[in-house]
Amino acid sequence: MNFLQRYNIKNSLLILALILTIVPFLMSNDFYYEIAIIALLNAIICLGLNLLMGYAGQISLAHGAFAGLGGYISAVLVANYGFSPLISMVSAIVFMAIFAFVLSKPILKLNGHYLAMATLGVGVIINIILNSEEELTGGSDGMSVDPFAIFGFVFTQSWQWYILASILLLFFVWVMENIIDSPMGRILRSIHDSPKASGSVGVDISYYKSLVFVISVVIATIAGSLYAFFSGFISPQEASFNHSIELVVMVVLGGMGRIYGSIIGAVVLTTLPQVLTSFEDYQTLIYGAIIIIVMIFMPKGIVSIFDQFRSANAKSK
Amino acid sequence: MLKVSNLTKRFGGVTAVDDLSFHVKKGTVHSIIGPNGAGKTTLVNMITGVYTCDEGSVFLDGADITNTATDQLVYRGVCRTFQHLEICGNMTALENILLGFDRYMSKNLLHTCFRSKKIIIDEKRYTDRAMHLLKLIGIDRYAHTDAKNLSYGILKKLEIIRALATSPELILLDEPVAGLNPSETAEVAELINILTNDEVTIILVEHDMKMVMQLSDQITVVNFGKKLAEGEPKDIIENPEVVKAYLGSGSFE
Repeated sequence: MNFLQRYNIKNSLLILALILTIVPFLMSNDFYYEIAIIALLNAIICLGLNLLMGYAGQISLAHGAFAGLGGYISAVLVANYGFSPLISMVSAIVFMAIFAFVLSKPILKLNGHYLAMATLGVGVIINIILNSEEELTGGSDGMSVDPFAIFGFVFTQSWQWYILASILLLFFVWVMENIIDSPMGRILRSIHDSPKASGSVGVDISYYKSLVFVISVVIATIAGSLYAFFSGFISPQEASFNHSIELVVMVVLGGMGRIYGSIIGAVVLTTLPQVLTSFEDYQTLIYGAIIIIVMIFMPKGIVSIFDQFRSANAKSK
Repeated sequence: MLKVSNLTKRFGGVTAVDDLSFHVKKGTVHSIIGPNGAGKTTLVNMITGVYTCDEGSVFLDGADITNTATDQLVYRGVCRTFQHLEICGNMTALENILLGFDRYMSKNLLHTCFRSKKIIIDEKRYTDRAMHLLKLIGIDRYAHTDAKNLSYGILKKLEIIRALATSPELILLDEPVAGLNPSETAEVAELINILTNDEVTIILVEHDMKMVMQLSDQITVVNFGKKLAEGEPKDIIENPEVVKAYLGSGSFE
């Protein structure tokens, strides 16, 4: 067993690393970097959300709100309490993990549409709180956020952020692969497929539902905090219902239950509006039409294109 | 081994299980038979904690396990299968069996996320054991086929093998051969024989009389939630009340 097999590093991960290395050479100015970084951070949130939705079969319409709330906690701790960025982010992670765990206990007893409604409600409440707690959050005007630093190294340049986001994305893809290829991943998929079956072999379903919820919220918090530090500004817009829906659409459009689906979905839906700006008034119309067409012809997500390549390859051999 | 005393379950005005008591001896096959709607599956659901019991209690080796959840019972050596197939269709046959072994495998979050050596060793060891179980029922060539593409007969056996993977002392089989053809039924009967040779106690809920008579050490007949008769197969065949209530007035083989 060689090193790559031992640590479950697959070819797809190496290809992703290669792509992330090449892309900077194609980007001519800071604006491209900005889009790329937002796409990478969205992809990280989607990885966690996909574990929850695609693998464990639970839906959340509040992940935008969780990411936003996480970002706000980091920002407020730095601005008002003088925490260092890293410490504040860790505090945000701990707080959000506990918050998600407590929240998951009642909420994940629900299924399907009811779960969607409940998470939607939580997301909206978070957004309202962020809007109305003006002393802490600056209300609907948002607040400025100090730059990010790790052990005195301050992230100021776009390329530095790009490298940080890329490394984090690769790391989380690897962690997701490990989770899914482990007994825990098998249990999560079984809860999606047949909860009765998992119960009958001794799986504590409510524990695993909570666990996967906490994992996905923690990942959203990390990405949300980094986004706040990166953009130097955070507003309740980040925690809005729209953002939550956007994340869900990324996961579904990219491919539910597929790790690389989350990345493709996030990249496509983050860059698409920028590509479409030249259509001016018709931008939203075309954006919507593209999503509908993709969903009709690729119900299993954009990532399913690669499956067709693979099966065509297998046949030709 | 398992003692059920005075179990009662009411759904609104209907008493599905009414003051039912019986005793299952270790290493035996104890069948529960009765007409449709007699409360057999309700009884299984009560024993395995799916339904809460309105009255009565269940004892396992003297310990009270009344209303213990199904997943907790697995850790006390009790496992069940379902009347309506509960198999993960999007997982392969092998993964379905491994699910049964998951209670023994490391699920530590750090081990999982960073793929520690323990995860790899566990996976290897239990994959071998799962393949062994698949060979036992002769479907190892379908190990990597998604379960949804396998036939009903294979899946019924797969479900029993999955229960076996949790190494239970007591298995509750809820109609394991419902909807199977005679040759598949014979295969399941053989599988149950293998289980009993391994000292596994079995509670069998079944309609297939031939199989019940062949396999059972003890039979409890239930009708309208009440116990109608209890005894060895030959006594049950001759019991006039049972014949009247369940088997009909004609003869059977």
